[in-house]
Amino acid sequence: MSHSRTDAVLVGTLRACALLTGTLVLFIVLFLLVESAPALRQVGVARFVSDTAWRPSGGAQRGQFNLLPMIVATTLATAGALFLATPLGIGSAVFAHFYAPRGLGRLFGKIIELLAGIPSVVYGLWGLVVLAPLVASWQPPGTSLLSAILVLTIMITPTIALVAGATFDNLPRSYLQAAAALGLSRWRTVGGVILPAARSGLFTAVLLGSGRAIGETMAVLMVAGNVVQTPHSLFQPVRTLTANIALEMAYAMGDHRAALFDSGLVLMAMIALLVGIAEVLSKGRIYG
Amino acid sequence: MVKEKAVKSQAVQFKTSEKRSIWSHLPEIIATCAAWSAALVVTGVFVWILADVVRHGIGAISWTFLTAAPRNAGREGGIGPIIVSTILILAVCMAVSVPLGVGTAVLLSEYTSPASRFGRFVRRSLDVLAGVPSIVFGLFGNAVFCIYLGLGFSILSGGLTLSCMVLPILIRATEEGFRSVPNDYRMSAAALGMSRTSTLLQLLLPAAVPGVIVGLVLGIGRALAETAALIFTSGYVDRMPGSLADSGRSLSVHIFDLSMNVAGGDRHAYASALVLIMILVATNAIASWTANRWLGKRILTA
Repeated sequence: MSHSRTDAVLVGTLRACALLTGTLVLFIVLFLLVESAPALRQVGVARFVSDTAWRPSGGAQRGQFNLLPMIVATTLATAGALFLATPLGIGSAVFAHFYAPRGLGRLFGKIIELLAGIPSVVYGLWGLVVLAPLVASWQPPGTSLLSAILVLTIMITPTIALVAGATFDNLPRSYLQAAAALGLSRWRTVGGVILPAARSGLFTAVLLGSGRAIGETMAVLMVAGNVVQTPHSLFQPVRTLTANIALEMAYAMGDHRAALFDSGLVLMAMIALLVGIAEVLSKGRIYG
Repeated sequence: MVKEKAVKSQAVQFKTSEKRSIWSHLPEIIATCAAWSAALVVTGVFVWILADVVRHGIGAISWTFLTAAPRNAGREGGIGPIIVSTILILAVCMAVSVPLGVGTAVLLSEYTSPASRFGRFVRRSLDVLAGVPSIVFGLFGNAVFCIYLGLGFSILSGGLTLSCMVLPILIRATEEGFRSVPNDYRMSAAALGMSRTSTLLQLLLPAAVPGVIVGLVLGIGRALAETAALIFTSGYVDRMPGSLADSGRSLSVHIFDLSMNVAGGDRHAYASALVLIMILVATNAIASWTANRWLGKRILTA
């Protein structure tokens, strides 16, 4: 076989691989659409926000399909976690890069990497056994929106810190040298030169963290209490979209099952929105 | 006259700076405190969680725990079959995702210009894939592998679902590996008249192996940590699996089940968590060692 024949076969195979992996996302969306079609057709989009409650087991006629409390819960938990984790994560990255003595900074970097690698189910276990009782001793019942926010904060802080750190690494060295030549103090260098220059990277870090918070299932499921309701305080139990899928998928049939695939679609839409925002603002790949 | 003025203004400047010294240092002090306290909080939480897992888990771990079958819903006995199921799920996942991932990475880094439409399309969709929540992968796997392809709740379904999930990680690290191969290699091969196939197999692939290894280890880490995507694909059964078509419970699902559904299962949940963390730390250490040694680069684990 000549060179060009084998080469053509090789490139063809590689193209097939890339086509398969490249279209996987489309397949996922397609299957979600196909599986959720019965609910979309028989229940209709409007009832997912206008029904009075979430009681899907009665079928399309007698069931109630309001997803809104869970969308609110997901949004609140994510927003709360971002509120706490953004300063913590960026602060950690700033510490590791500009404030810590050399050895300590590297040690701290290792800790962040380890934290990022701990499985979510372990955070959930810890939250359930340690954190929720702690919250309960202050404001019962303990498994609540607050517990979910705290566990999510612990989970996304390392994500934000790692991406922020990578951004700091990629800044041109000349910025730091120029700041040093001007005799700027440490905070003037960080606050006046580094943070503004790293702005789009930091934004990406926050978006990546929020993506992780929206998609997190197990840890939230274990500490949030899982009552379907729109919370009026931090101490009420809530159920997020992801937790709802994990809890009900085991026994869901017919329209109920289709409704769960619908909430999968809602999750995908939220992630697509984040990627879109990142494209517009940073012109970069947020999951790259 | 001029000289006198200069000296005077210098003195004035000096004076004002001395006067403002406390106030001008205030932001400096606040920033330093903020950075240190952020680091302290993060480290504190890390130590708290780790100490908790080790303290509760270390007592239950023994050779019998690692090899015996669970009894009484996991409150007694061990995690032997669960470790076997976990390894089988991982093996299926890697057997599917490594060829696909390496193939895609080679195409993206060697045979497609970054500006081409196809390359951009594949990259962008991989970016989105990396952000898809794991529970959505679970829904997809359940619909496609368990029901549509008729595999049922099985190790095969679980492994295939995970392979979709780890592809973006694998591809990114492998691409990095190919990128670190010097361009001279490609030029020399072309000058010698080597075919593209043999250039790839004899020259580029061996040189890019470290990147592939890093990707592999990161993928293993992600797959081991996953719970949500496995509950509805590989199932809950905690018996020793007889074949890949059997349902098998992974270590992370075991931890979840023990802590949520089994009263009094916390001790063994902690012990299983400790085992899982130790496996993950070991794989991560291998990844960063490989990356530092051969690639001279840091690759994000997030």
